Amino acid sequence: MSNIEQNKNILEVTSLAISFGGLNAVDNFSLSIKNKELYGLIGPNGAGKTTVFNLLTGVYRPDQGEILLDGENLVGKSVEEINKTGIARTFQNIRLFNRLTVLENVKVGFNAFNKYNLLDAVLALPNKKKVEEESNGEAMELLKVFNLQDEAHLLAGNLSYGEQRKLEIARALATKPKLLLLDEPAAGMNSNETMDLMNTIRFVRDKFNVTILLIEHDMKLVSGICERLTVLNFGRVLKQGITNDVLNDPEVIKAYLGD
Amino acid sequence: MEQIRNIKNKQFIYSLSTALMVIVGYAIMQSVINANLASPLIKGLMVPLCIYSILAISLNLVVGISGELSLGHAGFMCIGAFASCIFTRYMKWLGNESLLIFIIAILIGAVAAGLAGFLIGIPVLRLRGDYLAIVTLAFGEIIKNVINAIYLGVDSTGFKFSMKDSLDLNLGEGGIVIIKGAQGITNAPRYSTFLIGAIILLICVVILNNFINSYYGRNIMAIRDNRIAAESIGLNASRYKLLAFTIGSAMAGVAGVLYAHNLNTLAALPKNFGYNMSITILVFVVLGGMGNIRGSIISAVILTVLPEFLREFSNYRMLVYSILLVTLMIFSNAPALKDFRENLLSKINFGKNKKLINKE
Amino acid sequence: MAFFSYLISGLSLGAIYAIIALGYTMVYGIAKMLNFAHGDVIMVGGYIAFTCSISLGVNPYIATIISALGCMVLGVLVERIAYRPLRGAQSLSVLITAIGVSYFLQNVALLIFGANTKSFTSIINMPPLKLFNGELTITAEAIVTIIVCLVVMALLTLFVNKTRLGWAMMAVSEDKGAATLMGINSNATIGLTFAIGSFLAGIAGVLLCSSYPTLTPTTGAMPGIKAFVAAVLGGIGSIPGACIGGFLLGILENLSKAYISSQLSDAIVFSVLIIVLLIRPTGLMGKKQIEKV
Repeated sequence: MSNIEQNKNILEVTSLAISFGGLNAVDNFSLSIKNKELYGLIGPNGAGKTTVFNLLTGVYRPDQGEILLDGENLVGKSVEEINKTGIARTFQNIRLFNRLTVLENVKVGFNAFNKYNLLDAVLALPNKKKVEEESNGEAMELLKVFNLQDEAHLLAGNLSYGEQRKLEIARALATKPKLLLLDEPAAGMNSNETMDLMNTIRFVRDKFNVTILLIEHDMKLVSGICERLTVLNFGRVLKQGITNDVLNDPEVIKAYLGD
Repeated sequence: MEQIRNIKNKQFIYSLSTALMVIVGYAIMQSVINANLASPLIKGLMVPLCIYSILAISLNLVVGISGELSLGHAGFMCIGAFASCIFTRYMKWLGNESLLIFIIAILIGAVAAGLAGFLIGIPVLRLRGDYLAIVTLAFGEIIKNVINAIYLGVDSTGFKFSMKDSLDLNLGEGGIVIIKGAQGITNAPRYSTFLIGAIILLICVVILNNFINSYYGRNIMAIRDNRIAAESIGLNASRYKLLAFTIGSAMAGVAGVLYAHNLNTLAALPKNFGYNMSITILVFVVLGGMGNIRGSIISAVILTVLPEFLREFSNYRMLVYSILLVTLMIFSNAPALKDFRENLLSKINFGKNKKLINKE
Repeated sequence: MAFFSYLISGLSLGAIYAIIALGYTMVYGIAKMLNFAHGDVIMVGGYIAFTCSISLGVNPYIATIISALGCMVLGVLVERIAYRPLRGAQSLSVLITAIGVSYFLQNVALLIFGANTKSFTSIINMPPLKLFNGELTITAEAIVTIIVCLVVMALLTLFVNKTRLGWAMMAVSEDKGAATLMGINSNATIGLTFAIGSFLAGIAGVLLCSSYPTLTPTTGAMPGIKAFVAAVLGGIGSIPGACIGGFLLGILENLSKAYISSQLSDAIVFSVLIIVLLIRPTGLMGKKQIEKV
């Protein structure tokens, strides 16, 4: 990470497109995000924001276009390969491992790092214990960032909505991504929780040296933390630029409020 | 850090109690048998109980932990049974009968069934839910059918194989037919004892609990809970599912080895290796609780012993069993009875943290 | 000529599978459950017809109708008592319940009729059709079975596509919640589906026992499984798919019995299912489903 310069583009997307049954869900979508940037992707419902996330993470394969993460081509890679290349995400409709504990949810995120072989596992050899201890420690550190350490032993499915959203971020961070995609992180949170979340997101960016791209409808959060924005409308880029410029653009206001 | 200790303690107590249950269960039953208090019926049930328990916990790995509905578990048991029994029968023909032979046979059964599970799993685990169920059912039936059509013999010149009949094998002087088509293997050596069954069950329990409480088990459960999220954090879902399926099949194979060496003859009948058997095992798993290893053993034991005790009612026993099954499923799963169940649960579990109760 | 004779008996067996598979596919399409007890409803149909026509001397055609109606009532009752309380529960618990119902029906039959095989007299009292100077004989059962299957399929297709109740069924199978919001009584619709499926199972039971005149409490189990395989092969939820799957399966089974090995015919049938599913995971005529992320 240290060798990446501050001004270098970590994500480079050019003319991405996908259609479903003749409908152009995303069309001619381009985007570049600088290292350690906090970037916002906004737009009215159905504009194709989540589809962009699904394209970036390999859930959908684009009909055309190019995605480069830190210079590495992502098109054609599977979801898990893309994660290993350095993208982690959260989901609009929360997708936790509900029947695992909060701690275990985060530990699953370490799967690429804290490994041991099958023999260690089934015979409970010392190496297993050692690696598990390490994972536990690291996972608790991560949970503390999100103030979830006291809930570590609960089943993820029993957390409150806001806590579940935070746990998803923690789990994504456990995979040590270069780029973190947050899909409506503040959805369902009250304004105090949202304020908290804003601070946490900033803190995460600095502590984990991660670039963050987020989808959000809460304009307070967007204008509060995003440095630059892309506005999507009907699958196409409507506007791109510095947050304040974009938010005050008449075309953007029209797209949001209608005619 | 207290939370971590909590989780670790819970896992440890659970694993320990499961293992202890097997040991204590064995000790009690063995002393009852030693004291001559057990009827022949009960004595004869001991090895099958171990076999059914192993089948139930291994299927629980596939269905409960990995979340894949398999209706072909008996097929893998069948492979383990025949693979190992060919070996022991051959060894018997050579004049070798010893515990070591049986230990090797167990490994052969495990490897053969595990390999079959692996090969079948590669294409099949791409299918989801009910499709997987019907395909695994089909595989179980294919395995049974094919074994019924095989004739295998051995004489001084080596192994002979045919799909026609035993005469077609053209065995020389002193040769024997090992597999006689639908009649299967006769004169198989009887190695399975209650002690061996209990030890193998114990080993399976320990291995399985360790596996579930490991990096691997955790990843497999994560994929079960949410495949898309699991892939998004870098898990290769097919690989882990295949791992669970292979281990589950191998353990079913071990149960098959015990089965094959508990009787004099081994034949692949619908009763022992057909889909009905797979379904019986699935019933153990579901009633014992998905993902609950201890529960699988308890329900395998109860549901095997129960029909035997219902023998007094002779013809009515399976009827009673089926009514119980339906009633139990409705009671424990009907959405309308959820509040009723939770009330009952909170009365039983009073004082415990309610958040810990798994919600459906 | 032998080939044609195998082919036609395969078609006739396939027609029975197809009728059973229609019931399976409709129930699965609408209630999203594997009704493992469906095969046993066939067996019950066989026993009802047996009791009526042999023990009570009722006219065989009337016996068939009584049998179909009896199965219909049975199907509705089973749905009402055992499956409806579990609507919305995990699909696995519904599957186990269906297995319980299957055991229940088999054991009730065992208690009433005993384990002995009952020999069933064909309800179709007609001479076989002889063609090509008697070189090719087609039994009347085969002809009737195939015709009944085609008529049933045509009627069902019309019913589903042209009637309000049929639309309701399609709506419920598409999205139960939305259908309920649109004022469709989903419970009643599912009940109706079970009624139709079980009615067909009753007819299939009589036809099955007429062609293969042995009746035991487990008579329905294997045809039930095979019919389900047929439904999956054709694409579960699809009416023409169930018919194509059924015919295909029947022909395949009979031809492999005749030309390859009667031991291995089931293995061959199941292998074909697996191969088809690996190439087309939703069957020959099934719809592709996409999970939304």
